[in-house]
Amino acid sequence: MTDFPTGAETGPPSPRRSFDDLLGDCVHCGFCLPTCPTYVLWGEEMDSPRGRIHLMAQTRDDVLTPEVVQHFDRCLGCLACVSSCPSGVRYDSLIESTRARVEAEHQRGPRERLLRALVFALFPYRRRLDLLRGPLRAYRACGASAWLRRSGVLERVSPSLAAMERVAPPLRTVPALPGRLPAVGRRRAVVGLLTGCVQGSLLPQVNTATARVLASEGCEVLTPRAQGCCGALSAHSGRAAEAARFARATVETFERAGVDTVVVNSAGCGSSMKHYADVLAEAGAGPSWERRARALSARTADLTEFLVRLGPVAERHPLPVRAAYHDACHLSHGQGVRDQPRELLRAIPGLELLDLPDPDLCCGSAGVYNLLRPDAARELGDRKAGNLRSTGARLLVTGNPGCSLQIASAMERGGHPVSVAHPAQVLDASIRGLDASALLEDAP
Amino acid sequence: MPDAMTGPAALAPRLRAVCGADGVVTDPARRRTYESDGITYHSAVPGIVVLPETTGQVAAVVRLCAEHGVPFVPRGSGTGLSGGALPRPDGVLVVTSRMRRVIEVDIPNERAVVQPGVFNLDVTRAAAPHGYHYAPDPSSRQVCSVGGNIAENSGGAHCLKYGFTVNHVTGLEIVTPRGDVVRLGGKAPDAPGYDLIGVFVGSEGTLGIATEITVRLTRAPQRTSTLLAAFPTMDAGGRAVSAIIAAGVLPAAVEMMDALAVEAAEAAVRCGYPEGAGAVLIVELDGAAEDVAAQFEAVTALCRAAGAFAVRAADDPAERARIWKGRRSAFAAVGRISPAYIVQDGVVPRTALGGVLARISELSARSGIRVANVFHAGDGNLHPLVLFDDAEPGAAERAAEVSGAILDLCVEHGGSITGEHGVGVDKACHMPRMFSDDDLATMDLFRRAFDPDGIANPEKVLPTPRLCGERPGVVRGEHPLVASGQAELF
Ligand SMILES: Cc1cc2nc3c(=O)[nH]c(=O)nc-3n(C[C@H](O)[C@H](O)[C@H](O)COP(=O)(O)OP(=O)(O)OC[C@H]3O[C@@H](n4cnc5c(N)ncnc54)[C@H](O)[C@@H]3O)c2cc1C
Ligand code: SF4
Ligand code: SF4
Repeated sequence: MTDFPTGAETGPPSPRRSFDDLLGDCVHCGFCLPTCPTYVLWGEEMDSPRGRIHLMAQTRDDVLTPEVVQHFDRCLGCLACVSSCPSGVRYDSLIESTRARVEAEHQRGPRERLLRALVFALFPYRRRLDLLRGPLRAYRACGASAWLRRSGVLERVSPSLAAMERVAPPLRTVPALPGRLPAVGRRRAVVGLLTGCVQGSLLPQVNTATARVLASEGCEVLTPRAQGCCGALSAHSGRAAEAARFARATVETFERAGVDTVVVNSAGCGSSMKHYADVLAEAGAGPSWERRARALSARTADLTEFLVRLGPVAERHPLPVRAAYHDACHLSHGQGVRDQPRELLRAIPGLELLDLPDPDLCCGSAGVYNLLRPDAARELGDRKAGNLRSTGARLLVTGNPGCSLQIASAMERGGHPVSVAHPAQVLDASIRGLDASALLEDAP
Repeated sequence: MPDAMTGPAALAPRLRAVCGADGVVTDPARRRTYESDGITYHSAVPGIVVLPETTGQVAAVVRLCAEHGVPFVPRGSGTGLSGGALPRPDGVLVVTSRMRRVIEVDIPNERAVVQPGVFNLDVTRAAAPHGYHYAPDPSSRQVCSVGGNIAENSGGAHCLKYGFTVNHVTGLEIVTPRGDVVRLGGKAPDAPGYDLIGVFVGSEGTLGIATEITVRLTRAPQRTSTLLAAFPTMDAGGRAVSAIIAAGVLPAAVEMMDALAVEAAEAAVRCGYPEGAGAVLIVELDGAAEDVAAQFEAVTALCRAAGAFAVRAADDPAERARIWKGRRSAFAAVGRISPAYIVQDGVVPRTALGGVLARISELSARSGIRVANVFHAGDGNLHPLVLFDDAEPGAAERAAEVSGAILDLCVEHGGSITGEHGVGVDKACHMPRMFSDDDLATMDLFRRAFDPDGIANPEKVLPTPRLCGERPGVVRGEHPLVASGQAELF
């Protein structure tokens, strides 16, 4: 039987609760239904959190049929249901171990297997992503194998790469981050920066801005060179052993760095790092690893969460722009970080912060979901784009690279391209006194 | 009675022709996710599930059922608390969750026209930009469907002042159990003739399926103030309620929670109610600004006089939402303090509240089964939450006994066995506690006027021998009054 820790992230390991026990928490009230993106799209019980939990309970001691597995696969892992459940059901734990079970027990079709193999061979590895930048290069790199192209897999991956390429400026404009960036003025904290794979490769300017903002606020910023993927994508896709391998390496890296806080600027990575003990437990790691994982989780903070806690010292210069903030699921539902980014943005003189309708609904990016389930992802992306358009914002601010790429390409598809920035870039522009056009220059 | 094996399954190809392959569910595991509504101790796997998107599709599905004598059960969001949407293994479950379009918001006429699967709260969301809302507000409003609300005549905290669902429906399009599409009423209030809307609202899916609903929109009040008062005992809280009503104040809502219910809500949503309260009272006042201000003073004084040790006021929406959050989450939140529970629903005359509550705590002490109380104090609608551990042998039975005894108490005090959750399958056998055999026979005759073949949500609402054991009075087959020529079906 698989066991889970309870909610507490810190302190001594708490008594474990079994999968069955966690399943039993659901009282079938249905309060989670309207917040679930797949229920919103398709309106059927099996594609709702309540229905998925029911399927988990039904198949507890039964074979996993393809009919059942499709409903687990269609779950975006957005965790909106965790936020909306009054009974405190740990759907995050439930789906993670269900996905692990699916990977272990369920035989997928050849096409699906190939797609997954390609995605997981690519995305958690920054250097491989670097090599593949540019859709043409992606095609050329794989051009030798005609069967791969016939499989239709590239058609799925390459539009996403193309979208990433559009949003990311040319590489040469962004110098690599130094291993150590000293604090501006009095040193108030020593922080480590997680650079992330997608962020690091495709949106390196976000990391540069993050480091600059932290330094301006009096932080000494250490960016360990040896860091790899945090393991979020693997953990959210049921690849437990792979996730645990990445998690251990990350724990070691930041233990060695000797920092007060590990600052993360990518929502998915932060959410996963705050649950490292679960990730390691899922893969059967021992108690000493769990303790180390818990200690790191306790020191992990999203950039905006950390900045609000630290309080501002650097002066904000006016940045007149109409902006909308989009809650990345793994920030709002995954980490409960909703107010902090808004508070930081509102504090910028001249910036008008607009409310996005339906803020809790996932944009469809959801890690690699947009690669694995492109139709659903596209529908959700279009919904988000419609909501964004209704605000009249010129700039979309969001704290997760996947969301930026997803929403930017949905806006472009709809014929209303919009500029996208990470909160770090907006803060950076304000602190450095840049013109708003610096953030909007990509827009036509 | 159709053949359980061939009935619904044999209809699959024809249902697919109506609803599309994607709109018909036959796989057993997928079907089984529909086995229960909001109460899981009744469950049955539906023979087949259909997900229609239009009135035409609903009518075609029902016609197929009628032609083949296959029973059908309507279902909205599946949050019902009386097993009303409990499926039939030999029947078709007609789910409205893909009929979620708000068809029209007509502000000059103060009406909205919606499909039945629209979430209750989405009606308010559609009207809010115009300064309007949809008044009936069950605690489950973010998820329960308007169709389900119609079927249950659902109410909520604000029904004290604004009335139940039935007071807010002016038009219906229904598919009758024979598959005909019929329109009742419209946007105008009070259509002449028999009040068929009144008949359909509260019929729990036994008279057909509502496919389009015209509801009244209510203008948002000029001012709303909410007050939270904490009392040492339930008795003191009850005295405050009586005093408020006696003073001639008609609040929009008067809600009460006992210590156990507060503990659950606190665990779930950290609503921050005053500590150490034996009872918490939420009073909401709305209307013209001066009236609200004056009433607010009066209510505050009355609460203090009745023994309130803390009174908190909220005027801005965020503060108000915080106060309500605890109350609204209370049902689902007891999951945090108990492995299993039964939500009971009964009504007593307001003056009997204190006495009934005392008897409930006696019951609880005697049986060792904890009972948390949450209720619409203004209209005497009790929602005792009977808590038990389903892993403990015999606990479920003891809880069911306590829960049933509470209903007896309500009837004994001149009340009713349901305020707003309906009868469904759960309370069908309780009906004889309130109604005589003649009453029930008359209701049955009435039902058959709509559904002569008994295929619309059978075995719900009225007791049947199969469900409740042999009872005289309610007989399947030809009705005795019809057989003897004293009545005929229209
Ligand atoms: C936590 C919680 C809190 C609740 N709080 C309240 C409350 O405060 N007040 C209250 O009144 N209720 C409350 N309820 C009960 C429930 O939400 C209501 O009864 C609601 O109206 C049911 O709507 P539904 O869409 O879920 O219907 P379902 O449960 O799917 O169905 C309910 C009944 O309606 C019938 N039906 C559904 N759609 C149609 C249709 N289109 N035409 C004809 N018949 C139809 C079904 O056959 C069934 O008999 C609560 C439930 C929960 C779980
Ligand atoms: S994680 Fe998101 S998509 Fe999955 S069940 Fe929960 S709300 Fe639905
Ligand atoms: S997961 Fe939570 S909100 Fe959803 S049905 Fe279960 S208890 Fe209710």
